[in-house]
Amino acid sequence: MIKVSNLSKKFGSHISLDNVNCEFKKNESIALMGANGAGKTTLIRSILGYYHPTNGEVSINGLDPIKQRTKVLENISFVPQLPPPIKLNIDELLQYISISAKVDTDKIIHYANEMKLDIKSNMNKSFFKLSGGMKQKLLIAISLAKKSDIIIYDEPTANLDPKARDDFYRLLEKNEHDKVLLFVTHRLEEVKDLVNRQIYMDLGKIVSDDRF
Amino acid sequence: MKNLYLIAYLDLKESLRAKWFLVYSLVFGGMIALFFIAGVTESQVMGFSGLSRLLLMYIQITIVILPIFILITTVRSISGDRDNHILEYMLSFPISLKQYYWGKIIGRFITVYLPVIFAMIIAVVYGSFKGAAIPWSIFFLYTGLLFALSSAFLGIAFFISSFVKSSEVALGIAFFIWIFLLAFIDIALISLMMQQRFSTELIIGISLVNPMEIFRVAAISLFDPELTVMGPVAFYILDSVSQSVFVLLSIGYPVILGLFFAFLGYKIFEKKDLV
Repeated sequence: MIKVSNLSKKFGSHISLDNVNCEFKKNESIALMGANGAGKTTLIRSILGYYHPTNGEVSINGLDPIKQRTKVLENISFVPQLPPPIKLNIDELLQYISISAKVDTDKIIHYANEMKLDIKSNMNKSFFKLSGGMKQKLLIAISLAKKSDIIIYDEPTANLDPKARDDFYRLLEKNEHDKVLLFVTHRLEEVKDLVNRQIYMDLGKIVSDDRF
Repeated sequence: MKNLYLIAYLDLKESLRAKWFLVYSLVFGGMIALFFIAGVTESQVMGFSGLSRLLLMYIQITIVILPIFILITTVRSISGDRDNHILEYMLSFPISLKQYYWGKIIGRFITVYLPVIFAMIIAVVYGSFKGAAIPWSIFFLYTGLLFALSSAFLGIAFFISSFVKSSEVALGIAFFIWIFLLAFIDIALISLMMQQRFSTELIIGISLVNPMEIFRVAAISLFDPELTVMGPVAFYILDSVSQSVFVLLSIGYPVILGLFFAFLGYKIFEKKDLV
């Protein structure tokens, strides 16, 4: 599904990704680990088509995520590390998502309820005015409602309490089949029951890649 | 097209709720109200009276404040979203960059243009209610000129927003452009003329590049064909081209300039890393 070939990315003189090669296939759940500045987020952003590679290429189901970004993004769900301060209210945000990505709003509400988040009573509230945990729950609900083949989570549980984390992992277990699940995490113990592959990055390179 | 309108609609809704929009609308609406309270329509200066006098004053102030309002409120549109990671999330959905960028421009254009034009409409409605004669030719000319000026500065603002990495730098550049177009070109041209080092055509050419200069001359030329209230640069311009040609140029050129910068901004937005 995802093929990364000889991918390098430089920012000025800083090498963020150094000739990275990897492939992620259906039914793989990967924990992407490494110290800060190892290149994890750069790799994810390259997969999402945000960065133009200095060298090499990324291919998603045979498509270029920069040149064919809309087709590629139809099949990707993404939750960032920190919820952005979006000023749209919840109703408008759901409208944006349901029209642009054809996601059923009722499904978002369903998954939000599963995450113990009542969004119906908060529809007119600005997204950025929600608490950190509520924002993260909503983004997770959106990612699950958007039926994608690839789910990318960049430390999604940072703002969640233990109960919400359990809800999240429970929902994810139900939804991970026939997908590529890519987790950026610093806490392997949390996701070890979910993942079947662990990649460790350092200084822009993949230093270990273990399947189990 | 659906996504383009969606982005424009959501940007418009978001802007209408913003505090800057409230201040922006109050400034232009308040200015008109202040003119009526101060009895500008009853005064007569250099032969201008009634609503014509009011619109002339309105447009003279607008020349100064509209560009900086547009630049400051718009220049952070893309760069601000990039700065605080909104772009990273919003563009993780299947929206093309073209739809996102041009949708933002359409939404922002409606936001900045509506209060300005609405203030003029209030003036005309209130003026006619008070029994003043409505100068329709001036009203329509100003509608066109404000459209053109808004287009030019919106295009410039989006261009800056597309390549600048932080919103602080974007604001700094926006402020510099405003000051430069407002004052320095005039000062530079006057000093050039005084020194007699360059031909008049060259000086006219340089002044025509400035959308604020064109706006200023076109706005005042309708009242004052002799341009007695204007500086020497404006006098040379009107001496070279007829008034009607100049009015067309003064509307067409800023619109083209705005589109050019907006397009350039889009090309940069498309070619650069998004976050």
